Amino acid sequence: MLAYLIRRLFAAAVMLVVIIVVVFGIFFLVPKWAGVDVATSFVGKQADPAAVEAVAQKLKLDEPIIVQVWEFFKGLFVGRTYAGGGDVTQCSAPCFGYSFRSEQAIWPVLTDRFPVTLALALGAAVLWLIFGVAAGVLSALKRGSIWDRGAMVVALGGVSLPIYFTGLLSLAIFSYGLGWIDAQYVPLEDSFTGWLGGMILPWITLAFLYAAMYARITRATMLEILGEDYIRTARAKGLKEQTVIGKHAMRSTMTPILTMLGMDLGALIGGAILTETTFSLPGLGQAVLQAIKNQDLPIILGVTLITSLAVLLANLLVDVLYAVIDPRVRLA
Amino acid sequence: MTAPLHEPTAEAAPNAAEEAAVAGAEEAKQAVQGRSLGRIAWERLKRDKLALTGGIVVLVLIAIALLAPVITGLVGQDPETRHEDLIDPLFGTPTGSLGGISGDHLFGVEPVSGRDIFARIVYGAQISLLVGFLSAIVAVILGTVLGILAGFFGGWVDSFISRVMDGLLAFPQLLFIIALVSVMPNSMLGLEGTSVRVFVMILVIGFFGWPYVGRVVRGQTLSLREREYVEAARSLGAGRFYILFKELLPNLVAPIIVYTTMMIPTNILTEAALSFLGVGVKPPTASWGQMLSSAIDYYDSDPMYMVIPGVAIFITVLAFNLFGDGVRDALDPKGSR
Repeated sequence: MLAYLIRRLFAAAVMLVVIIVVVFGIFFLVPKWAGVDVATSFVGKQADPAAVEAVAQKLKLDEPIIVQVWEFFKGLFVGRTYAGGGDVTQCSAPCFGYSFRSEQAIWPVLTDRFPVTLALALGAAVLWLIFGVAAGVLSALKRGSIWDRGAMVVALGGVSLPIYFTGLLSLAIFSYGLGWIDAQYVPLEDSFTGWLGGMILPWITLAFLYAAMYARITRATMLEILGEDYIRTARAKGLKEQTVIGKHAMRSTMTPILTMLGMDLGALIGGAILTETTFSLPGLGQAVLQAIKNQDLPIILGVTLITSLAVLLANLLVDVLYAVIDPRVRLA
Repeated sequence: MTAPLHEPTAEAAPNAAEEAAVAGAEEAKQAVQGRSLGRIAWERLKRDKLALTGGIVVLVLIAIALLAPVITGLVGQDPETRHEDLIDPLFGTPTGSLGGISGDHLFGVEPVSGRDIFARIVYGAQISLLVGFLSAIVAVILGTVLGILAGFFGGWVDSFISRVMDGLLAFPQLLFIIALVSVMPNSMLGLEGTSVRVFVMILVIGFFGWPYVGRVVRGQTLSLREREYVEAARSLGAGRFYILFKELLPNLVAPIIVYTTMMIPTNILTEAALSFLGVGVKPPTASWGQMLSSAIDYYDSDPMYMVIPGVAIFITVLAFNLFGDGVRDALDPKGSR
């Protein structure tokens, strides 16, 4: 187990370096190849030449690429000092970049918004796991029944609906039309019930989409597993149907679901961009959208980086969980 | 190239034989021999009513996109003319009921600008389908070439391509797509405005889609390259590239078709999401996602403005999904149908 853990941690560390290089590449090299001035893209197209020149100096854009990557990398762990155009800007560790446009370090912006996104993703995940997996298992067990057909039609509809449309519909119906919910986001510190009211529609909307996906996949996996020999063996031994499904089939069904959950949660933590935009939740995704509108590239960079790290962490967690559940994994 | 195609035919034989049993054993034998995979798939697809409905809707949508100028010309509207006389100057919403729906404006007009929604929906289909199809083609070409190389050559080529695929699959694509689209220039390769946005979206969405195809193609290639017919070709002196493109590729057509049809709806949703977030197509060019994004401010005062583009996206994506599911079932030799 320890050897497995060390191997996984080492792989994660390598991946971390790769991620940092890739994110650097997207924001510093791709624009260069596409013929865009990097410094301009960092301050916005309306900025005056002096400010652009200052940013170019601060980011050391005339130095070799390797120096730039190193500065970028170092900033994440020990902080960074931007000097250029006659002023010096301090960005303490972990420096996820600095917005020259709004004159603030990115890290506090990220930590500010992170809890909102985390609450959104976790709440929705609980809902979609319960409903999606249950619907999928029931459909598989009662294959071909009215329930199965009905659930699968709803699920197919669910995966075909864009979340910003279901979100707006639910706002129009439940908040404006029926007036059941006041869909204003209220910070948790201010009022628990207000917070709950603001989160409930985003949770349900997000969970609906994912529950549809999970139901389809759970059903397909369950059907495949029910055809396996060991299920027939379990039945032949005379085990109760409950035990066959609950203990034998469910365990194998949950393995791919867990993998998906790890990836989806990681991705959502980094940016439930569409949901947050639709419901005006002040999370990371909304920060990205505002940054797009203000041409504030460093914020997009920061969120992209933190998201990738969240995904990396989620995958690491899933891998460790796997090793606990399934002994074959750690021995392989 | 008939030898490998016997594979699925043979597996599907019980199914075919069952049907033909009624007609008589003699005929059944001929039927099994004479039917190609494509033929079998088509016959299965014909019986799948949901998939056929999806397919017909897809064809209608393609026709709408191609004939957009003709259709809008027939109702005497175009997507960019402003009808400000139909807008309530106080609230900015259309004056008529249901968002200004009338004989002239079938789906009403947009708040503030008063542009005809029907015409914008019709033109929006062009962007959606164009990006959906072309980005799927980009992804399929990349995925097929890299997947087949990884599966066939193995070794470090395989490890490298597989790592890249895992990496791309693990990351939140929407965010990376947004990042890439937002660092891209507003004009390149002689293209400007809408065309450059569309071009960039096709490239970027296609780039993030290829690992899905690549993974499947790699897996299939791995198992196919050990088959006897490949060995036979090799013993006859066939070169590597002959085996790759003449022996292996034709057998990968089925999974590739399936993944292409499944990828189009996802890409259409991604395009709509990008335009919704303001990094895709920009007004006055019409796009469904961008219409929905403008509709956020009016969801209470003019709900039709949000419902119409939303339903357009829903119908399109659902039709492609139904058709895609049907194609998958029809081409799957182990399928239950």
